[in-house]
Amino acid sequence: MSEATPGTNERRQKPAPGRRTLLGFLLGSSLLASLASIIYPILNFILPPPTGEVDTDTVVAGRADELAPNSGKIFRFGSRPGILVRTPAGDYCAFSATCTHLECTVQYRGREHDIWCACHNGVYDLQGRNVSGPPPRPLEVYDVHVQGEDVVVARRGRS
Amino acid sequence: MPSLLEPLRRWYQERFGDFFSHLVEKKKVPRHGHTLWYYLGGMTLFLYFIQVATGILLLLYYRPSPGEAFESVQFIMTRVRFGWLIRGLHAWAGNLLILTAMLHMFSTYFLKAYRPPRELTWVSGCLLFFLFLGFGFSGYLLPWNELAFFATKVGTEMMAAVPVIGHWMLTVFRGGEQVTGATLTRFFGFHVAILPLLTTAVLANHLFFVQHFGMSVPAAVERSGETRAPMPFFPNFLLRDLIGWYIALGVLAALAAFDPWELGVKADPFAPTPAGIRPEWYFLFMFQTLKLLPAKLLWIEGEQFGVLVFGAAATLWVLVPFLDRNPEGRSGKLFTFAGVAIVIYIVAMSLWGWMG
Repeated sequence: MSEATPGTNERRQKPAPGRRTLLGFLLGSSLLASLASIIYPILNFILPPPTGEVDTDTVVAGRADELAPNSGKIFRFGSRPGILVRTPAGDYCAFSATCTHLECTVQYRGREHDIWCACHNGVYDLQGRNVSGPPPRPLEVYDVHVQGEDVVVARRGRS
Repeated sequence: MPSLLEPLRRWYQERFGDFFSHLVEKKKVPRHGHTLWYYLGGMTLFLYFIQVATGILLLLYYRPSPGEAFESVQFIMTRVRFGWLIRGLHAWAGNLLILTAMLHMFSTYFLKAYRPPRELTWVSGCLLFFLFLGFGFSGYLLPWNELAFFATKVGTEMMAAVPVIGHWMLTVFRGGEQVTGATLTRFFGFHVAILPLLTTAVLANHLFFVQHFGMSVPAAVERSGETRAPMPFFPNFLLRDLIGWYIALGVLAALAAFDPWELGVKADPFAPTPAGIRPEWYFLFMFQTLKLLPAKLLWIEGEQFGVLVFGAAATLWVLVPFLDRNPEGRSGKLFTFAGVAIVIYIVAMSLWGWMG
């Protein structure tokens, strides 16, 4: 501006750039602060609050007379599924039913005596070890106790 | 940085040329003693955007079924971080939006901005106002609380008074004979799909008309030959708009924080209607009028008479630019007087309804 209009009162013009920068800074930072105060609540709102889900350690997975040997069933373990298997020998074992590959729910196959995931043909043995297919890790193993009529499943090391 | 932006600028220039920049440069806002009223339209638009944004956010948690609606709003208010703020903003901005739309409408009415060639600007604006009332009516039910439940019962019952198609309308709006979960699902559909779709279409037209015909200068100003240079819309008017919007946002946040919108008690269709039931303030004048009408008026029911009169009045209101053919002359004065009478009627009836 001052170059385009030579000969104007230089004394009056001189402090202007400093003032202008300061005002620009104040305006810019207030705008930024306002923007932050708008975006911050929105981002927080979008993130769902914790569901307050009880971290289940022990659950009754079924009744003792419910499962015949060489069969399995899915039970609720907190908010996730678990699988209770009765081996051909009549023993109980229980695992997390969430496949370690892409989180499908696995099932017991009586003919093959294994735990199978239908999504990508992942196979686990009756110790929960990933024996074939894409699953990268074994299933989480739970402890099983038969208490009277109930088959109680507990997370390892916490029961 | 300019070197980085330069190819982008050229890419844009090759495709659009001066089309948009020309629109922006061409747009001028007349300057005179009544310029202040021009800000109400932009303010209403701003509040509408707030409604769209907060409404989308609320959709992340809201569940439109009678078993879950109240609980989901409760969840938003108590558990979701800043949920109280977003819901408070949505409820408050909805009310302020209707207020500013109303002021905008009456200011254009009294300044006779509907004069040719701006008839369609007026008509589309009226339709927008009715759509906003529809938003208010349908949104009121969504938290599924006692007040909203009974207000919706009364409001939809009024539809039955419309001759010939009344009962059909009632069934369509309620999704059955009674206000039930089906009504909630329908109102949710109206509120988040049908009304937004219609509003987008009408709003686009309204803004196009404003752009195409420009802003109206009051006849008195035109006559006086007041020749102040118009203000460029960009950036002069827009920056002033922004200041208004910024203040509005502050006011809204303060209202949401210091006067949180109540949730009330969950609706129970088999509980008796609580005392002091009344609709939102913008429907109060109609509510109060219907309360005052006798059971039988002329040869029809009082309620039916009221609904017919309001329907006719709304139609005439939309058609004002085509009825007031001589805004500068005697008919124009008549319309101004009628407008004053309408405002006095609405204010008086609303106050009466509010107190009684």
